[in-house]
Amino acid sequence: MAKNPEHRDLFPGALEIMILQSLRLKPMHGYALVKHIEQVSDDLLQVEEGSLYPALQRMLKEGWLEAQTGTSAKGRPTRIYRLTPAGIRHLEREVVSFERMFAGFTRVLAAAEA
Amino acid sequence: MSLFSRFFFRKRRYDDISVSIQEHIDERVDELMEEGIPRDEAERTARRDFGNVTLLRERSREVWQWQSLESLLVDLKHVCRRLVRSPGFAITVLLTLAIGIGANTAVFSVLNSVLLRPLSYPEPQQLVSLHLNAPGAPGLAEFRNELRVSASMYFTFATHNRTFQSVGVWGPGTASITGLAQPEQVNTAQISGGVLETLSVPAVRGQWLTAADQDPRGLGRVMLGYGYWQRRFGGDPGVIGRTISVNSQPRVIAGVMPRGFRIVNYDFDLLVPMALDPVKEQLAGFAYRGIARLRPGIAIPQANADVARLLNIWMASWTNGPGSDPRWYLRWKITPALEPLKETVVGSIQAVLWVVMGTIGVVMLIACTNVANLLLVRADARQQELAVRSALGAGRWRIARELLLESVTLGLLGGAAGVAVAYAGLHLLTAVGPVELPRLSEISLDGRSVAFTLILSVFSGLFFGAIPVLRYVPSRQRLTLLGAMRTASVSRERQRGRSLLVVAQVAMALVLLIGAVLMIRTFVAMRNVDPGFSAPASLQVMRLSIPETLVHDSTTVLHMQNSILDKLAAIPGVSSTGFAASVPMSGAEPSWDEILIEGKTYEGDNPPMRLYNYVSPEYFRTAGTRLIAGRDFTWAEIYGVRPIGIFSESLARELWGSPNAAIGKRFRQFPGMPWHEVVGVVEDVRENGVDQVSPSTVYWPSLMGDTPAPEKLEAWRTVYFAIRSKRAGTQTFINEMQQAVWSVNANLPVAEISTMQDIYGQSMARTSFTLVMLAIAGTMALALGILGIYGVISYAVSQRTREIGIRMALGAKKRELVWMFIRSALVLTGVGTAVGLGAAAGLMRLMRTLLFGISPLDPVTFAAVPIALVAAAALASYLPARRTAGVDPVEALRAE
Repeated sequence: MAKNPEHRDLFPGALEIMILQSLRLKPMHGYALVKHIEQVSDDLLQVEEGSLYPALQRMLKEGWLEAQTGTSAKGRPTRIYRLTPAGIRHLEREVVSFERMFAGFTRVLAAAEA
Repeated sequence: MSLFSRFFFRKRRYDDISVSIQEHIDERVDELMEEGIPRDEAERTARRDFGNVTLLRERSREVWQWQSLESLLVDLKHVCRRLVRSPGFAITVLLTLAIGIGANTAVFSVLNSVLLRPLSYPEPQQLVSLHLNAPGAPGLAEFRNELRVSASMYFTFATHNRTFQSVGVWGPGTASITGLAQPEQVNTAQISGGVLETLSVPAVRGQWLTAADQDPRGLGRVMLGYGYWQRRFGGDPGVIGRTISVNSQPRVIAGVMPRGFRIVNYDFDLLVPMALDPVKEQLAGFAYRGIARLRPGIAIPQANADVARLLNIWMASWTNGPGSDPRWYLRWKITPALEPLKETVVGSIQAVLWVVMGTIGVVMLIACTNVANLLLVRADARQQELAVRSALGAGRWRIARELLLESVTLGLLGGAAGVAVAYAGLHLLTAVGPVELPRLSEISLDGRSVAFTLILSVFSGLFFGAIPVLRYVPSRQRLTLLGAMRTASVSRERQRGRSLLVVAQVAMALVLLIGAVLMIRTFVAMRNVDPGFSAPASLQVMRLSIPETLVHDSTTVLHMQNSILDKLAAIPGVSSTGFAASVPMSGAEPSWDEILIEGKTYEGDNPPMRLYNYVSPEYFRTAGTRLIAGRDFTWAEIYGVRPIGIFSESLARELWGSPNAAIGKRFRQFPGMPWHEVVGVVEDVRENGVDQVSPSTVYWPSLMGDTPAPEKLEAWRTVYFAIRSKRAGTQTFINEMQQAVWSVNANLPVAEISTMQDIYGQSMARTSFTLVMLAIAGTMALALGILGIYGVISYAVSQRTREIGIRMALGAKKRELVWMFIRSALVLTGVGTAVGLGAAAGLMRLMRTLLFGISPLDPVTFAAVPIALVAAAALASYLPARRTAGVDPVEALRAE
């Protein structure tokens, strides 16, 4: 692909982690996901629709999510995304590596200040 | 997951994406409207915030798409663009491939339709022909490759068999139809009960002949062939139940058989019931062709065993008349050798078709090597580009894939054009219609032919594409060298690939040329055989039959035939006339049996079978069959039913050592027949074609006392009139012949009007067909091979200009330089010739059945063809090599 759809991401995988973590709480449809992430992060994180839907498709393909026919809060037909056991395993692995990375970041930043 | 389900799976995914996105926007609109923004503005804002929906949708879908397919499409686009940019190359390659693949597809279609596809009868694998061998009947093999089935055999087989669903016998014949238009002689198939049941093809109109039609006491109905129904009745469905006059007898039309229906391979106008009468039948009368449908699950060996058992029943239940010994046929050792009906239909054409297929396949290989050569030159030109791409990180596989994609694309395009070529070729073939090709009407391009073309296209594409790939897809180490190679004057390595191709081409061309020359020599050998008649182009032949229903009395028949001869002889330009029951190579089957020689005892051993023919006076002189000893019959002798006969030379020599010794000797057909005296000996006649042995033949007078009682006479009623005239073959002459016949009796139809030259030509049709195909293939191969040599030397000269310049500057003579190039061409040709000779020696054995009069390793051919090829190669290399003479050393060196 010529253009990188993740160019607005913080770093590769960050959007995925947020989606997986959100869906771990409960299955949601796309719009609800956006709202949820914005809400939980107190509007610090904005999810671009341009990134969200390709990301969802990638994750479906990886088998971390599954999509089901359902209705939105307003009663319109949509697709509800649900975490699969593979998705949970992936999330847990990613969280560990993220935490390690943050720890690394923090130490490097601290060293720079010192 | 299959491609199909994957497609639908993907379709569902795409719907999911659309639904999700739509809902997302709708919800956002709702939210905005709750904030108090009017609907249309809310919608606009929502969409703007969301971004380009289509793009997003596409990007979401991309996740599911087949990445490699897309890049393949990109490559394909490049390939097409490159081909369009060099139309000369593209057209040359496509034309070569179109002709090559087209020829292969056409020949394969013929092979497929004739040999591979099952016969167009229901359950064709159950159909067999009742082939019987009689190794104990000496002499039979001289003129028949089997013992035909007699009527009594048919009755036994039909009643007592355990392995057939149905069995029947049939034979070709003719009948005159009067009362419709001009009297017309039509081809009939005489069929017994069981023939239609065996073939199981229902009538297209009306119904089959039934058992009632086979009643010898009644006048059974007849059936029309589709072609005759269309031709004579305009396809009128009302013909069913109409009465037509067949051999002057009224016959009711029972039905019409569908288009393309044949009795085995015989195309008939009329199906006539045989109406065999068991009361009158004897053991003998081996005249019919038998077919049967095996019961389900019965294999041919079981059926053979059954027929062997039936033959014993046959001998036990029939007789050849009082006093004859029915066990006598044990000596003949009649053994069943049933064969699938398809083998009978296909016949001897099988060998020809396989040879032609092989030949065309080799031409295709040569064409592929030529294309590979062109691709090599092209890849050469792109070398720099490929090196750069490789340096920029393009994988080797990626580059190889692109080169292969180009060649496979060429292959497929060529294949598509090839199908068109094949289609046209097949139309031409069915229109020209070589007489010998069975199942001609069934020949078509079907799924299998198209699949063959597709496979051939892809494989040839991969084949000629692989050669440049192997040469030019750079390995990592060679990468840096590529740029430097430009200045090298000779690249042996680069030249080697092309040289190998030339060697292969020369070898293959040699094989084809040897095949073609062997066929030419076969043809010449056949032309040199004395067929037993002379100047066939001025010998007009026509068949005429006087049915018993028209003229009952045998002597009257002879009078009628005699008057026709007189009328024919009166036509201006006719020098002589005569008739015989059979003319050579016409396929007519008069009769055969043994003869007993006076003074010879036959205890225990069988006298051999001899071919019989029945002739009028003057027949031999008209046909140009030389009288070697004695004299011809006279009309007085024939009318007087004098017991005389004429022998063929081989028969006279076999029995008495020399033709002259035969004169005056006496013989007869069976004990009790009056002794007949040999009054003449004529030269041998190639009755079954020039490549077959001349059978030992007894010529009887055309009117004979068939039994000891002289008042019971038999005249041969279906005869070929031979007319010697310079005007033979012209339409006015044929009209005058027709008039001459009608002036004797207006109800006599004539048939099979042709010159002896046509009959002679048809008997060699198989050889000439093979010859033409091989000659075409050989010429193409030679041209392509010569072109290959020319190309290689030409290219070498252009590449080595600098070297030539240096050599010249250092004092090399022009002649030596020219010779240097010719020598390299001769080396290639020599190697190719050696390889080709070896291959030819092996392959020509496969052609043995098609050859006549020469060995498959004919030394003349195996010496002459290589010499000619080497000479051609020398010439082909001389032309470009001569250019070295024009090289100016100063210019050549300055160029670098």
